[in-house]
Amino acid sequence: MTPKVSLRGVNKSFGANTVLHDLTLDVSAGEVVSFIGASGSGKTTLLRCVNLLEQIDDGAVLLDGDEISAVGRDPNPIRRRVGIVFQSFNLFPHMSVLRNITLALTKVLGLSSGDADTRAAELLARFGLAEKASVYPDQLSGGQQQRVAIIRALAMQPEVLLLDEITSALDPELVGEVLDVVRELKGSGITLLIATHEMAFAREISDRVCFLHAGSVAEVGAPSQIFSEPQDERTQQFLRRVRSH
Amino acid sequence: MALGLHRRAGHQPRLTTRQQHERRQRRRSSLIAAASTLVVLVAVVLLVPRMPRWDRVKKSFFDVDQMRDSFPRLIDAFWLDVKIFAWTTPAIFVLALLIALARNSRSPALFPLRALAAAYTDVMRGVPVILWIYLVGFGVPGLGLERPYNSPLLWGSVALGMTYSGYVAEVFRAGIDSVHESQRAAARSLGLSSAQTMRFVVLPQAVRRVVPPLLNDLVSLQKDVALVSLIGPIEILRQAGIDKAKFANFTPYVVAALIFLAVTIPLTRLTDYLWQRERRRTSGTRVAA
Repeated sequence: MTPKVSLRGVNKSFGANTVLHDLTLDVSAGEVVSFIGASGSGKTTLLRCVNLLEQIDDGAVLLDGDEISAVGRDPNPIRRRVGIVFQSFNLFPHMSVLRNITLALTKVLGLSSGDADTRAAELLARFGLAEKASVYPDQLSGGQQQRVAIIRALAMQPEVLLLDEITSALDPELVGEVLDVVRELKGSGITLLIATHEMAFAREISDRVCFLHAGSVAEVGAPSQIFSEPQDERTQQFLRRVRSH
Repeated sequence: MALGLHRRAGHQPRLTTRQQHERRQRRRSSLIAAASTLVVLVAVVLLVPRMPRWDRVKKSFFDVDQMRDSFPRLIDAFWLDVKIFAWTTPAIFVLALLIALARNSRSPALFPLRALAAAYTDVMRGVPVILWIYLVGFGVPGLGLERPYNSPLLWGSVALGMTYSGYVAEVFRAGIDSVHESQRAAARSLGLSSAQTMRFVVLPQAVRRVVPPLLNDLVSLQKDVALVSLIGPIEILRQAGIDKAKFANFTPYVVAALIFLAVTIPLTRLTDYLWQRERRRTSGTRVAA
């Protein structure tokens, strides 16, 4: 079966700084893959290359076997199929919660504003934010903002959703409500690529965990294997460091 | 209502030591402000009339009869200033926005457009307004255009608009640059094109942030409209000059100044108010003292 997302020998550098180095990985449809690794190991850049917010220098990124990283491809149709949620929420501060969600529905998918409102309202209700529709982002807690950002991405009904350290900017007591949303997504058929520092969560939710080191896949496997019996020395070191805190 | 009165009469809220201290401080500050204002006023009222030539100055600058006589003519002439202001302002905003967008374009193919926009703002901000009004206001009608396209009023306004659009374009550009790159990333990641991203996400935030400096430029434009008179149109400054020459009295200039102030001061206060409001809105915490 064709992998949903396929990274083939991907290289990416910013100036002299190589961020992704010959990275290769296949992700199946509906699979949940978490990326762990030290800061600077390439987690965020990897995700941004999958929805073409970054252009890769060498190699290929494939979506359903189709080379989306090819030179000169229009990124917009691809971004409709691959959503992303950012560490810092990036909601549009001048728009209400509802409008944040419906903007792309009307302007990109061409939905009528009535249909867009209905879709947004359904999602807000599903994630317990129905009464926040007319509120502005600044009036929400961080956890609520991030849930809105997830809904905004989900409303486009993407096939793949990239979650880029979505709890790193949150107060500890707000992390749970955001992770609950992600738990609900698992098994819905959507493919999830998650960059995270939440080891317990990565272990719980992932079908596979991928440890990145210096822009390459150092080790990938089932969560129980990565966290209980890591084979690679660098994975062992990283987990020791994380756990000693 | 009854409840409110009752509260005010019967129930004095007890103040903490700090609140009492702050109240004393506030009272002391207003007292000092009032006293110093009084001293300055008294000094002006008492000292200026003692100057050796005060009588003559009073007669040639503050002649009440002359004021009464000139005022209607000056107000009529001021109407032209208002009209020039009214038709240049929208043109300035549209042109400035186009220039700012051109300067912010990222496509390599648009380099000539970016360079042109940069050159435009550099030239417009580099040449004195008066000089530009002379050059355009006399130069273009000199090409031999037919009426009404050869009017100095028209080309003077165009020159003024060109200069100001250079300044306003820079204000817009600063606003656009101040919107964080992550906002573009969020918009583009949802599949919006770069034009849609600019229109729905970047520009609305940018314009909101630069409203106070834009109003500042408007206040400035409102005064500089008078410069168009230098190439002929009889607006308030020129009318005041005509009256001055006719009556050998400077009072019309004072009246013209007062008419300008009557418009610019409210406009300036509004600018300040909006500026403060924006500051309060965007800065979460304030330093206590």
